[in-house]
Amino acid sequence: MVAIAIVRIRNLFAVTMLSGIYSLLAATLFVILDAVDVALTEAAVGAGIMIILMLGTLALTTSKEKVHDKGQNLLALGVVVVTGAGLIYGTLDMPHFGDPDAPAHTHLSPHFTQESVDEIGIPNMVTSVLASYRAIDTLGEAVVIYAAAVGVLLVLGSGAVRRRRRKEEDHS
Amino acid sequence: MNQYVVLRVVTKLMIPVIMLYGLYIQFHGEYSPGGGFQAGIIFAAAFVVYSLIYGLDGAQEAVPPEAAHILAALGVVLYIGIGIAAFFLGGNFLEYKVLLSDDHAAETLGIIGIELGVGITVATVALTLFYSFAGRESD
Repeated sequence: MVAIAIVRIRNLFAVTMLSGIYSLLAATLFVILDAVDVALTEAAVGAGIMIILMLGTLALTTSKEKVHDKGQNLLALGVVVVTGAGLIYGTLDMPHFGDPDAPAHTHLSPHFTQESVDEIGIPNMVTSVLASYRAIDTLGEAVVIYAAAVGVLLVLGSGAVRRRRRKEEDHS
Repeated sequence: MNQYVVLRVVTKLMIPVIMLYGLYIQFHGEYSPGGGFQAGIIFAAAFVVYSLIYGLDGAQEAVPPEAAHILAALGVVLYIGIGIAAFFLGGNFLEYKVLLSDDHAAETLGIIGIELGVGITVATVALTLFYSFAGRESD
């Protein structure tokens, strides 16, 4: 319901607030699914930092969405329907949610859940999977985050130049 | 927003708690939910809250943007450095077991090390993004 509201509302300030609510709801859903690590990330990033950045963007631009009324694009609707139907057909082959015979639950998961404490020596197996078994994966994530910062700096500038200029104006 | 006394006092009280919680999530990540990523975001949030209430200049004096850029790179370098250290001690890239003689201690050391690297990178990157968005004036 929140997602539908986000699509329909034209006031971007309200949309930002609603997406924060959406993140928080997703975080509670993760807690219900016992994925506390993911929930913590979702709450901190989605409901916290992201909203601040979006509000910062809104302060730079405008908080009203421009409405383009160009009529309906039937071809686009057709492509979306066909792709969606294909994706849903693809999920029919996947094992059911929580199926103990699913491939993911018969090969690696028992190893991680039963032996990671002996192999790594730390109780939180999410951390041992992330930081030890899948360390190169996490390295990639760290590099991606760094690359994101570099990209934003290239596009927006760091604000340092402006600050220096303001200081020089103060001195003169 | 610095004319509201309640906001200023509450922020002043909350910021140390937020930072402490960030550090707790960072270094307690092996025992409880959390890790470098979440900790970095929460730590950066403390600075964001500060600059929302007291103004951007104060936050940029505490952590200058240039320092944030360097630290963001250093976090990644720390991560890769641990990987290469394992490499030179005779293991594979990011194989922590060779770092110390005791397997479990070595794994824990390696994990804490790379989580610290991730935490530093994420915190300073979040701060950098906030600086660049908030530091621009609408034109």
